[in-house]
Amino acid sequence: MLNYFEKLGADTLYHLNQTGRMGIFLFYSLLSIIRPPYKIFPIIKQTYVIGALSIFVIIFTGAFSGMVLGLQGYHTLSKFGAEGLLGSAVALSLIRELGPVLAALMVTGRAGSAICAEIGIMRISEQVDALECMAIDPHKYIIAPKFIAGIISLPLLTAIFDVTGIMGGYLVGVGMLGGNAGTYFSSMYKDVEFSDIYMGLVKSLCFGVLIIWICASKGYYVHLNRGGGFGAEGVSSATTNAVVLSSVSILLFDYFLTSVLL
Amino acid sequence: MNDNAIVELIDIKKSFGSQQVLRGVNLRIMEGKTTVIVGGSGQGKSLIIKHILGLVTPDSGRALVYGKELNKISKKELKDIRTNFGVLFQNSALFDSMTVYDNVALPLRERTRITEEETERIVNEKLKMMDVEGTNKKYPAQLSGGMKKRVGLARALVLDPKIVFFDEPTTGLDAAKSNEIYRVFSRTQKKLGYTSVIVSHDVPKIFKLADYVALLHNGIVRDCLTPDEFQLSDDPVIKDYVETTMGPVYSSEMEV
Repeated sequence: MLNYFEKLGADTLYHLNQTGRMGIFLFYSLLSIIRPPYKIFPIIKQTYVIGALSIFVIIFTGAFSGMVLGLQGYHTLSKFGAEGLLGSAVALSLIRELGPVLAALMVTGRAGSAICAEIGIMRISEQVDALECMAIDPHKYIIAPKFIAGIISLPLLTAIFDVTGIMGGYLVGVGMLGGNAGTYFSSMYKDVEFSDIYMGLVKSLCFGVLIIWICASKGYYVHLNRGGGFGAEGVSSATTNAVVLSSVSILLFDYFLTSVLL
Repeated sequence: MNDNAIVELIDIKKSFGSQQVLRGVNLRIMEGKTTVIVGGSGQGKSLIIKHILGLVTPDSGRALVYGKELNKISKKELKDIRTNFGVLFQNSALFDSMTVYDNVALPLRERTRITEEETERIVNEKLKMMDVEGTNKKYPAQLSGGMKKRVGLARALVLDPKIVFFDEPTTGLDAAKSNEIYRVFSRTQKKLGYTSVIVSHDVPKIFKLADYVALLHNGIVRDCLTPDEFQLSDDPVIKDYVETTMGPVYSSEMEV
């Protein structure tokens, strides 16, 4: 019985510690973004890695999400004779929910895992310590460009996801199932408002910060993981944790953000 | 604190879980001198260096560099102190996704405002000093162990630091390569005049470079003596260490 309480206490302390560390990590990272010097090249490089290299997977998943929405939407709406609303149904689902969430999940899988592994390897091979000893702030040098790149990339990737999704929905709903092209777009123009786009934008920005925060901090503190965060195994388990925690947090935050923004 | 001691460790204790590694380390590093820390594997020699670098916080005790206690100063002050440091890590800790040139140029690019031409001149000069010129475009993974150490040394010295830390600079290298590293080390120290702290297993060779030798044993520094005093010490632990590592011939009075 005593052992159980001991374990519970140790677990609680460990998780509190970890949460505190992640909070401090976010604070220093955001602080280092606003602190000079400002170097543009690392930001461009990271935007390329996180954003540009994710475009293909975003277009691919965006198109198929839109196509399945077109397919499901058309069949459901046709039961009520409301096929004309397909355009607005696809667009609203994508712009308000699916675009930001699925784009963020894709970026987590593609870039988030890479960020965690990269920083984790730098940590275990003492490269982060080396930076500190050279009086170079690792937050400024490694983390800040990734945060800025995440904040720039996510809204743009979400926009690409939304557009390809809408075109995917058009391809199925109009091209394959014979819906009316004019109605598809006119219902969209009529029903999509700026507040919907604003909601998608806010979500994608928040997810951008969330992904980089979780993935980078999991890599940065890999050496402090319980059960020995050492070597390749330590980095691989930190990467898995980062991707799982990031994905779960995206869905969780999505709900809270929606309830605040609605 | 003595005027000449730029680093002072006072009763440093550090545990990891239930294992107490440092049990009250006292050590002073004298300005302009070379202090070598020796001792068995796993005794915590590298940990001592990490305390001086401010990478590890002691459980108790004080680590003073330039009279400032590292765990009581701000991040900014710690960063200012670290501008005096040059560190060669045990595994060199080169940035593996950067070329040799970019590795050595990094401190110049991040900490100074000099032009790229000037950076190139300094980097090439340091690489030449370490006898690794011509490796500019290679990545650390394409270098041998000895070359990595020398590139690490070039990076550590690129900003002409006042205190240089070498964590096992010759471990894993053959005798010829170790000698090369020592030659480079002795040449650069004469030229740049830095204070150095070396963690090494390479006894007795390392004694030729040392002004002071400190033996870490069972979590405490037994003593910090000149190499001659160290070899002739009456302390049973030091005596035992000298005999084990150097053989009785070195500890005899016949040694020149």
